Amino acid sequence: MSALVEIRDVSKVYTRGRQSVEVLHGVSLDIQQGDFLALMGPSGSGKTTLLNLIGGLDSPTSGGISVAGQRIDTLRGAALARWRAVHVGFIFQFYNLLPMLTAQKNVEVPLLLTKLPAAERKRHAAIALQLVSLSDRAQHKPAELSGGQQQRVAIARAIISDPTLLVCDEPTGDLDRQSAEEVLNLLEVLNREHGKTIIMVTHDPKAAQHATHTLHLEKGTLVESAA
Amino acid sequence: MKYLHLVWAALMRRKTRTVLTILSVLAAFLLFGLLDGVRAAFNAGGTIAGVDRLVVASRFSIIQPLPESLIAQVQSVPGVRRVTWGNWFGGYYQEPKNQLIMFAVAANYFDIYDDYGVTASMRAAFDRSRTGVLVGATIARRFGLKVGDKFPVMGAIYPDKATGEASWQFDVAGIFETPSSKMRAHEQEILMHWKYLDEASAYGSGTVGWLIVQVADPAQSAVVAQRIDDLTKNSDHETKTQTEKAFNLSFAKQIGDIGLIVGAIIGAVFFTLLLLTGNTMAQAVRERIPELATLKTLGFTDRSVLGLVFFESVLLVVIGGVLGLALSSTLIPAVSAASGGMLELPPIGVRTWLIGFALMLAVGAIVGVLPALRAMRLRIVDALAGR
Repeated sequence: MSALVEIRDVSKVYTRGRQSVEVLHGVSLDIQQGDFLALMGPSGSGKTTLLNLIGGLDSPTSGGISVAGQRIDTLRGAALARWRAVHVGFIFQFYNLLPMLTAQKNVEVPLLLTKLPAAERKRHAAIALQLVSLSDRAQHKPAELSGGQQQRVAIARAIISDPTLLVCDEPTGDLDRQSAEEVLNLLEVLNREHGKTIIMVTHDPKAAQHATHTLHLEKGTLVESAA
Repeated sequence: MKYLHLVWAALMRRKTRTVLTILSVLAAFLLFGLLDGVRAAFNAGGTIAGVDRLVVASRFSIIQPLPESLIAQVQSVPGVRRVTWGNWFGGYYQEPKNQLIMFAVAANYFDIYDDYGVTASMRAAFDRSRTGVLVGATIARRFGLKVGDKFPVMGAIYPDKATGEASWQFDVAGIFETPSSKMRAHEQEILMHWKYLDEASAYGSGTVGWLIVQVADPAQSAVVAQRIDDLTKNSDHETKTQTEKAFNLSFAKQIGDIGLIVGAIIGAVFFTLLLLTGNTMAQAVRERIPELATLKTLGFTDRSVLGLVFFESVLLVVIGGVLGLALSSTLIPAVSAASGGMLELPPIGVRTWLIGFALMLAVGAIVGVLPALRAMRLRIVDALAGR
């Protein structure tokens, strides 16, 4: 059975002015459907870069990336944006909610790119908020929510369009221990009970314990893996 | 329309700034509405057809005098009922800052102009005194003048033949109040005898500034006007017969090309508006780069992000512009009333609304284009990393 995400000999070089920095060196990796993968490593090891490439936020300098059998390293611009809208749910360290919208409207944003009518968008958002136990906060704006609640809203936004995979960049990096545990437990539930494939970048070994697999990156190379 | 709440949310992110920007746009379009009214008022002389009073003045310039002999010629034109005439007599009272609107008028002037509020006794007093003047109530109040007062005026054009000096001595024969508010502007006028000017002036005798013709049948006024102008064709004093409104406006136009002045003011206002609103939009997008990057992350294409910012810019200007034009619509009747009939601004019509709307779209597009392009071009990875 082929992997959901296939990464083959991927390199990424950033050019800043006259300087070129190779952040990833020939990384190859398979991620199976239903995996909950934790990517760990020191700062500057290339974790977020790899995550951005898997999520279609950036393109590799060389090598190939396929998700669900589709090469995404060859996609550009609008095609890549449309692919992201359908296949990837993003969860960021700082939640990245739109501050002027209520929780419900924030969750609805990805559905604006679909043909769903307003009533259906609202219904889907209500279900997603219910899943993250925030139905009672639907009409609250991000500033009126705690960090943990904001991250749960972000998770609801990430799952609302039922993406192929969830991509999480330090999802607990800005949370206290209790809120972090709640968010990680929620991700576990999404993985275990709803079959979501999750790729999570984290510095926190305790967070990584919630994953089914952990990979370590150092200086742009995968150095160790653990089940 | 499904993106409207996103655009509105972006506008409401900094409420104070948005409200202040909308107020700036409102002020600009309020001025545009009022000044366009002024421009239209100065360009609309009205049609001759249907009016019962016409003004005959030099074709070349209103300061070019006409020969007195023309009066009898015009009186003999078929369709002309009565003719009177007047002349400009500018000057000031006591100090140069007290400039006067002063006309020398024929003895039968009030036979045609019976709407000045000049009573029979007032007129009789005026007729009895060679140096008598009729003073509008506004001017009388301003200078504290009473009937019987001496009224010295330093003439702007004509020196007194007897003294050789520009100072003239008048007697206040009456103070008139116009019965209609539409005529209120005339209460700023002072009327003297044309005969006195003609006899006492060191030069310019035997000439008149303009003739006022009362036609027998208003339906024939266009024909009568043509007949009058035909009298002087190819002479050195060709005339132009027009409506009073057009004549009055040509007086005001002496200060310059009103259209150009109005255009220059509007241009300056809109240039300032472009800088102001452009700066606001640039700032608004700069502050929202992480949010715009998030939208792109979620699958919004570069073009849709460009469209959102562009729409936001246009919406901002359209809100302020519509409010400004609506406010000027409301204010125009008040401005017209306050001018006492001096300036009758036409109501804002479809044409002005269309031009205004086109301006709103143009300003919105111009100020939105650079921020929208910036939003379109931003790279998600850099924007999320704060680079």
